[in-house]
Amino acid sequence: MSEARIFHLKTPLTDEEVEKLRVGDIVYITGIMVTARDEAHKEILETLEKGEKLPIDLKGLVLYHCGPVARKRPDGSWEIVAAGPTTSMRMESVEAEFIEKTGVKMIVGKGGMGKRTAEAMKKHKAVYAVFTGGAGALAADRIKRVVDVYWLEELGIPEAVWVFEVEEFGPLIVTIDTTGENYYEKKLADVRKRAEEVIKELLEK
Amino acid sequence: MSLQLEKIFYDFIKQVATGIPEDVYIKIKEAYEAETVPAAKEQLKAILEDMQIACNKQRPICQDTGTPYVWIEWGEDFPIKPSKIIEEFKNALRKITKDGYLRPNAVDPLRGRNSGDNTGRYIPWIHVEPVPGDKLVVHLMTKGGGSEAPSTLIMSTPLKGFENLKRGVVDAIARAGPLPCPPLIVGVAIGAGADIVMTLAKKALLRPVGERHPDPEVAKLEEELLEALNKLELGPHGFGGKLTALDVKMEYSYRHPATFAIGIVTSCWATRRGSIEIMPNGSYRMLTRHLQPRDGVCTL
Repeated sequence: MSEARIFHLKTPLTDEEVEKLRVGDIVYITGIMVTARDEAHKEILETLEKGEKLPIDLKGLVLYHCGPVARKRPDGSWEIVAAGPTTSMRMESVEAEFIEKTGVKMIVGKGGMGKRTAEAMKKHKAVYAVFTGGAGALAADRIKRVVDVYWLEELGIPEAVWVFEVEEFGPLIVTIDTTGENYYEKKLADVRKRAEEVIKELLEK
Repeated sequence: MSLQLEKIFYDFIKQVATGIPEDVYIKIKEAYEAETVPAAKEQLKAILEDMQIACNKQRPICQDTGTPYVWIEWGEDFPIKPSKIIEEFKNALRKITKDGYLRPNAVDPLRGRNSGDNTGRYIPWIHVEPVPGDKLVVHLMTKGGGSEAPSTLIMSTPLKGFENLKRGVVDAIARAGPLPCPPLIVGVAIGAGADIVMTLAKKALLRPVGERHPDPEVAKLEEELLEALNKLELGPHGFGGKLTALDVKMEYSYRHPATFAIGIVTSCWATRRGSIEIMPNGSYRMLTRHLQPRDGVCTL
């Protein structure tokens, strides 16, 4: 990754917009991001399975792998205190189906995702981008308000589906694009190769 | 001055959750200035910005506010007994979780129920060590879940001990990739048994970045391993560059003649740890320095 191209995008995202993005590009999102972790993926897919409607149409929106720290203000509204990304690979087994059935155009998380997700992204025109893992305070700073929250009672604060209105949410670095390119897959292969050399050198000491 | 431990612990936990330790902040700032790989530099910039916002707005540095690990050095002449100290600590933990500084992270593994207040069976995880004197020293690390991923135990034969140690450390970090949120602090321990080395490796993470072990043999290993890890070009969140590990901290116990156990643990860049010393009269001081608002400005 050399000099990065920078994009400022508004939701809902179109196929044309995400098709322009390539691995290494930096994106800032303004609009709606919806959180879902392990349990929320299960709830959303089960709801769709039963032929029922989701409380929010996810088409063109950004899915965020995140379990925030949230506190209720005296007036009943929510304040998001910290909201960095969680490890995306935990959702790998269900993400391809999720992309197909919900029509999300971008997924934001940390650590990258696997082959099945990359294939689904190529097929259904979506991208995966990472937000700096751990940067929960920075993320919260970019969330303007909580539009709604679903499954809060059943799943609790970190696992619930939060609908955030965000402004210039980023930097998000694209690591899977619509051509099926997967940055982390290549990077990790390189790192493992280097590890062999580094170990060899270390054992000679 | 009366001894109000719960209040002291509350402020202490808040300091640890919102103020990155001085040593970590300085190391990342230096690395940011020196980094030449653009994507890695971008990550370090976001990390520094996050640390500043957390400090300015008194918010948690990361939304995964971790599992609390507590090491208590209890002066035998301190006026309050350990069981009461632990109770006060748990009360502080419950209160600060309710106030939204910590995410409730304690889950009953059998029933899947979150206790909602960061306490539960064996949580917080507490070690108490009686020491001579009348002071109470508490070390706290709120340890993120993702950075537990590379944890490795190797039961080596003594003859292959150092080879397996070197291989094991580099492998663990390379295999984990971006998952534990590098740049990492890596804790490594050698000893007699599995539990000993895992415990010592975790406790080693309390030592500040940049400080070498007093034993020159251990210090040399720390340096070699650190140099090796930073050649991996994994970098911040896997975006390359020079900084994969902030430091390597080693510890050891004497081993059994037939064993050479090796424990490896890591802590993410958002390492949250701190130490406090409490006097019998209730006065106290932080033993660690953190990014915190001083006269309205976030500085060290």
